Amino acid sequence: MSYVTGLRCRECGAEYSREPLHVCEQCFGPLEVRYNYDEIRAVMSRELIESRPRNVWRYRELLPIEGEPKVGPHSGFTPLVKADRLAAVLGVKELYVKDDSVNHPTFSYKDRVVSVAISAAIEFGFETVSCASTGNLANSVSAHAARAGLNCYIFIPDDLEQGKVIGSAIYGPRTVAIRGNYDDVNRLCSEIADKYRWAFVNINIRPYYTEGAKTYGFEIAEQLGWTFPQHVIVPTAGGTILPKVAKAFWEMKKVGLVDGPLPKIYSAQAGGCAPVINALHRGSDLIAPVKPNTIAKSIAIGNPADGFYVLRAVRDSGGWGEAVTDEEIVAGIQLLARTEGIFTEPAGGTTVAVTKKLIELGRIPRNESIVISVTGNGYKTLEAVTASCAKPHHISARLSEFDALYAELNPPAAKAAS
Amino acid sequence: MSIQVRIPTPLRRFTSGSEQVGASGATVGSVVDDLERQFPGIKEKLCDEKGEVRRFVNLYLNGDDIRFLSNLDTAVKEGDELSIVPAIAGG
Repeated sequence: MSYVTGLRCRECGAEYSREPLHVCEQCFGPLEVRYNYDEIRAVMSRELIESRPRNVWRYRELLPIEGEPKVGPHSGFTPLVKADRLAAVLGVKELYVKDDSVNHPTFSYKDRVVSVAISAAIEFGFETVSCASTGNLANSVSAHAARAGLNCYIFIPDDLEQGKVIGSAIYGPRTVAIRGNYDDVNRLCSEIADKYRWAFVNINIRPYYTEGAKTYGFEIAEQLGWTFPQHVIVPTAGGTILPKVAKAFWEMKKVGLVDGPLPKIYSAQAGGCAPVINALHRGSDLIAPVKPNTIAKSIAIGNPADGFYVLRAVRDSGGWGEAVTDEEIVAGIQLLARTEGIFTEPAGGTTVAVTKKLIELGRIPRNESIVISVTGNGYKTLEAVTASCAKPHHISARLSEFDALYAELNPPAAKAAS
Repeated sequence: MSIQVRIPTPLRRFTSGSEQVGASGATVGSVVDDLERQFPGIKEKLCDEKGEVRRFVNLYLNGDDIRFLSNLDTAVKEGDELSIVPAIAGG
């Protein structure tokens, strides 16, 4: 059963039927899936959702598939961690981390959007799936394609972290590394998608793909007890997730699942690639592309296709956005790891660091509920934190040496106090 | 200057299905005007009423986004390649 009424251009409003189209033929604008919310409202309830397995398909009426989900039976419903120690350090009352670093099967939020994209691709009859990727997406597409028995081609920039490259290759796709940055890869893939008629999850399947990001938002509200948080900070790369998280909260209200004021949404970017934040701070609608230069490779998209929608979602919600330096990003990763035992990658470090900055700037009040969005796993980007991690202490296998080391690390004054 | 222009699928209905066409001009802007002369109606898909490139259209000259060059005033030389690509992202 599908409640999709078709596709609609986000810019000029032109309408299309439910097909693998991503670009409006009138104005080149992006297409978005449309739903019949009245029908959804009549069937969806908290009890129905709670009765379902803990995965992205829990909210299937609000997802663009027609039949049974084909992939992603364990994707989604990741922990919403109450982060009291981090809250204490940041000086806030109520803080949570939505932890997609443990998403299944490839440890990033991409498993949500890919589950939906590949299910839709299978419904459209595609046999080859593909993507242009900075890494997390390639990992996810390869894994889901393997499980579904589909052919798979992955396109990456050739300077990607090794963990991310192997993290896709292991599932058996063809991997094509492009000499260039992510925007170069995207451009080539757009041309390949046109020519080869493959299901590029983030190109011709894009309107279906992006809908999967809403599940991140649905879960936050459900896991808070069917309540909206007051502030949500989201990293911004191509601009997919932030507007869809905002849409998720809006849809929950529209179909009667949650009531109350919608959250303020904040965008987090790395200073070395902050085209959206630049436009936000300039008070402009026009996003000038930048050449990325940051360790946060997973959000290093200099030309974000959905950047305009990020700006609109942030402004409409009464939120804001900030960018942080690479040093602050690494400090953000460490702070989260040391206070809450969550190891995220630079995109997550960016979000933690930006949250800290927004609180210090007084943009986010200290006594309101805050959710930090973690979208990926630090084990995939060890290079980013290697230099800043404390080195181990080396000793021989002798108790006396350990005694000496322990005494050195715990001087008498500290010992007396403990 | 005569150059090659790569046409994305949504615009091929203007070029009778051709994915690559020849065009000429001294700048990217004049190449776009030449495309309009050859394929009436195509310019409106690329540029708004003020003559600026639409937000969701990317133009690349020899692989470089013209917004990093001189936009529509970017000079074109013989044998260059202009790619018209709808904006996409994510990954």
